[in-house]
Amino acid sequence: MENILTWISAHQQLLYIVILMIFVGIEVIGHVPSVLHTPLMSGANAIHGVVIIGAIIVMGKAENDNYLALILGFFAVLLGMLNVVGGFVVTDRMLEMFKKKK
Amino acid sequence: MTQSILTICYLFASITFILGLKMLSNPLTARKGNLVAAVGMTVAILGTIFLYRDEETGNNLHNYGWIFSALIIGAIVGTLAAKKVKMTAMPEMVSLFNGMGGACAALISIVEFLHISHQIHNGADAAYISAIRPTVMIILTGLIIGAVSFAGSMVAWGKLNGKVKDLSFTGQNILNLLVLATTIGLAVWLVVHPEQRWMMVVILVLALCYGIFFVLPIGGADMPVVISLLNSFTGVAAACGGFLYDNKVMLTGGILVGAAGTLLTILMCKAMNRSLKNVLIGSFGASAQTASGTAVQGHHKEISVADSAMLMAYANKVMIVPGYGLAVAQAQHICHELEELLSQKGVTVKYAIHPVAGRMPGHMNVLLAEADVDYEVLLEMEDANDEFKTCDVVLILGANDVVNPAAKTDPASPIYGMPILDVELAKTVIINKRSMKPGYAGIENELFFKPKSSMLFGDAKKVLQNLVTEIKAI
Repeated sequence: MENILTWISAHQQLLYIVILMIFVGIEVIGHVPSVLHTPLMSGANAIHGVVIIGAIIVMGKAENDNYLALILGFFAVLLGMLNVVGGFVVTDRMLEMFKKKK
Repeated sequence: MTQSILTICYLFASITFILGLKMLSNPLTARKGNLVAAVGMTVAILGTIFLYRDEETGNNLHNYGWIFSALIIGAIVGTLAAKKVKMTAMPEMVSLFNGMGGACAALISIVEFLHISHQIHNGADAAYISAIRPTVMIILTGLIIGAVSFAGSMVAWGKLNGKVKDLSFTGQNILNLLVLATTIGLAVWLVVHPEQRWMMVVILVLALCYGIFFVLPIGGADMPVVISLLNSFTGVAAACGGFLYDNKVMLTGGILVGAAGTLLTILMCKAMNRSLKNVLIGSFGASAQTASGTAVQGHHKEISVADSAMLMAYANKVMIVPGYGLAVAQAQHICHELEELLSQKGVTVKYAIHPVAGRMPGHMNVLLAEADVDYEVLLEMEDANDEFKTCDVVLILGANDVVNPAAKTDPASPIYGMPILDVELAKTVIINKRSMKPGYAGIENELFFKPKSSMLFGDAKKVLQNLVTEIKAI
């Protein structure tokens, strides 16, 4: 129990970010028209690809002879990159079609 | 110095994520918003690769060869997959990419857990074990959510492209809850006894099973809602990584998507006038079986292509109601051709877009925009419902549940309460479908048996091509 309390006070900055981001996240997309639901979902999908940063850190820290960590990390970076690049490109392709034509 | 630059990179990326999401929710700025977020992401990734320093050892990252090869392969495959995919298969693609993110989060957790258990087995003292517990908790949270998101997204992907069928049996919900409870119970146990490393494998397997069981019974029509929910799960899994590495950009991005994704899920449910609980627990298929008394039988009448062409060519106003049938038949271009042809003949042509027509909200808009259909003639549901009474002909192209009057009249119907397009207000309704088979929700549509309605059977693309030929000949 004590551990948890120490951990909370040690990470209070992060916890504040969590609380604020929950409200920001809800606020920024509050008025989205239903037309944009799919592209917005896809865009958000690309943004959570930020998890790749964790994968890069894992990979970069792994010891040279720890093959299990290297292989798992390699796949983590690969899949994270798929999420990021694929997500942004797909979203762009969807939105490309919303261009106003005169 | 490098640390401060990295901090600024992360700060910049966080701002672009918030701004990008904000811009994505407005049609005028959406595309730029996506680009803004992409730039932020690039900065954050490059910053991490070159500027990150381990806090304990102060070392730079290494294994650049591995990192770059993974990045390059991921980027090439991702771009190709995203560029090649057909517009109709977009929803599957989003689900697939979401699953990749979930898997990435789960893999990170696995490696970090192995690292910790390695330390413990190399003779760490009790103080270390007790201090590491909150970290283990975060790791396991990321592992479970990531794995559920991955497995669930894969099933959703399979369902949308027809490879996986709905599967539901009695007691499924109880089984699901049991699996989830066991997973969480074992995770708590592992936090208390972090030295039992084999338990991590059990938890991983259970979480994957839960992801599969969780999505399997949910009907295909509800897949967008599920994908959106899994999307927000992956966001939370990414945020766990933020706690793990004390990394604010992962936390910001993850929680932002977690919150926005949850709200988006609720908005999508609202567009279908259903509660999230209803979507997750009472699947469409399951409730359709219990409400067996709703089957409507009667006679439907058919109409020929030539008659339909005549009706439309001499109408004042035609409203087209596109549905998934249009999407699978890839008929958006020929549909636009029909619209232009009719306009040349002095017919006012508009489209009535139901918010959940197709497989995803906004699916029809994207598809029709691809075929150069003018934004102005796409009517949202409320506006369309005001205009139906002035329409001579309504042409329904492969839409079913969104025009089913049972949603208004039959409280026993599984779609009861969902707002629909009131096509019956128009003078004539022509329904193009491939057969009389019920639509995605698996329920009969009494609209087909109404005196005003005529069925025009056939693949949407072929039927439209024939219509265009006929109208040209008039």
